[in-house]
Amino acid sequence: MKVFFVELIIEKQRTESKWFDMADDVEYLSANVPMHTNADEMSLLNALRARDESAFTQLVGQYHPSLVRLARLFVQDEAVAEELAQETWLAVLNGIDHFEGRSSLKTWIFTILTNKAKTRGQREKRTISFSDLDATLQTQPTVDPGRFNESNAEAWANHWKTEPASWSGIPEESFLSHETQNLIRRTIESLPDNQRIVIDLRDVQELSSTEVCNVLGISETNQRVLLHRARAKVRQALEDYLQPEH
Amino acid sequence: MEDNLTCKELVELVTEYLEGTLPEAIHLRMDHHLSDCDGCTHYVEQMRQTIRLTGRLKEESLMPHQRDDLLRLFRDWKKS
Repeated sequence: MKVFFVELIIEKQRTESKWFDMADDVEYLSANVPMHTNADEMSLLNALRARDESAFTQLVGQYHPSLVRLARLFVQDEAVAEELAQETWLAVLNGIDHFEGRSSLKTWIFTILTNKAKTRGQREKRTISFSDLDATLQTQPTVDPGRFNESNAEAWANHWKTEPASWSGIPEESFLSHETQNLIRRTIESLPDNQRIVIDLRDVQELSSTEVCNVLGISETNQRVLLHRARAKVRQALEDYLQPEH
Repeated sequence: MEDNLTCKELVELVTEYLEGTLPEAIHLRMDHHLSDCDGCTHYVEQMRQTIRLTGRLKEESLMPHQRDDLLRLFRDWKKS
């Protein structure tokens, strides 16, 4: 199994060597991503350049709560998070005439926030590491090894001993209940910072993997490893809750 | 095609599988394994549900005081 993963990791590293590990400079980031601004964003952008207030209102309605939430992942205080989001909007307005559209508007805004939040987080001695990911993390199992047959079993080695059950019989109300939603929220809150931020950006804020890599300045591989571990823990929590007999 | 992927290996590839970033040969091996393994099929299905349910956490909308602050910021910027 180990050999299999090593092969895979080498393959991945070959295809992803173009990705950088750490970047704080917005221009540098935008120079490295292809055109991403779509038609909707383009008209918003033009309206904003024309100092159109309704364009700004639309944009903040769309992204401000996400920005505050994202900032809260880096700093403790809600008021500081709000302040960082406001500073971000001011930077967006001041930079809007020079924005070249080489990243999407959304990525650009989120990147400004992240850079500000990282700086503030460092000042608060709250640094979150994305770059020195422990390489062994990639080979640590995300599912309890006890769920599988022993490696030296005569038949079905490393296959499920206790198979996950289908969730298709679970009513939608159970999935969407406050209890289930709170469970997911609590599980995410308990994750290591870097996993928490990645799953929040990917699965809650629904940024694409490329957007998350650009916003956080991390490689595709790091992003995926963090996301994988985070999702696996949320799935496990859901399984324990929805099917406690396991 | 030989299915030499074990369930224990498959669960670690599920994110790459769903992201569509697996090398094609491994993706095919995984499809092949899934076509014959209920446990892993359920695991992948559970993972898809997990992603969907996590997406439901996004609930916030702009509070009136936030809107006021931001509009003030915009109007000050416009004047400057």
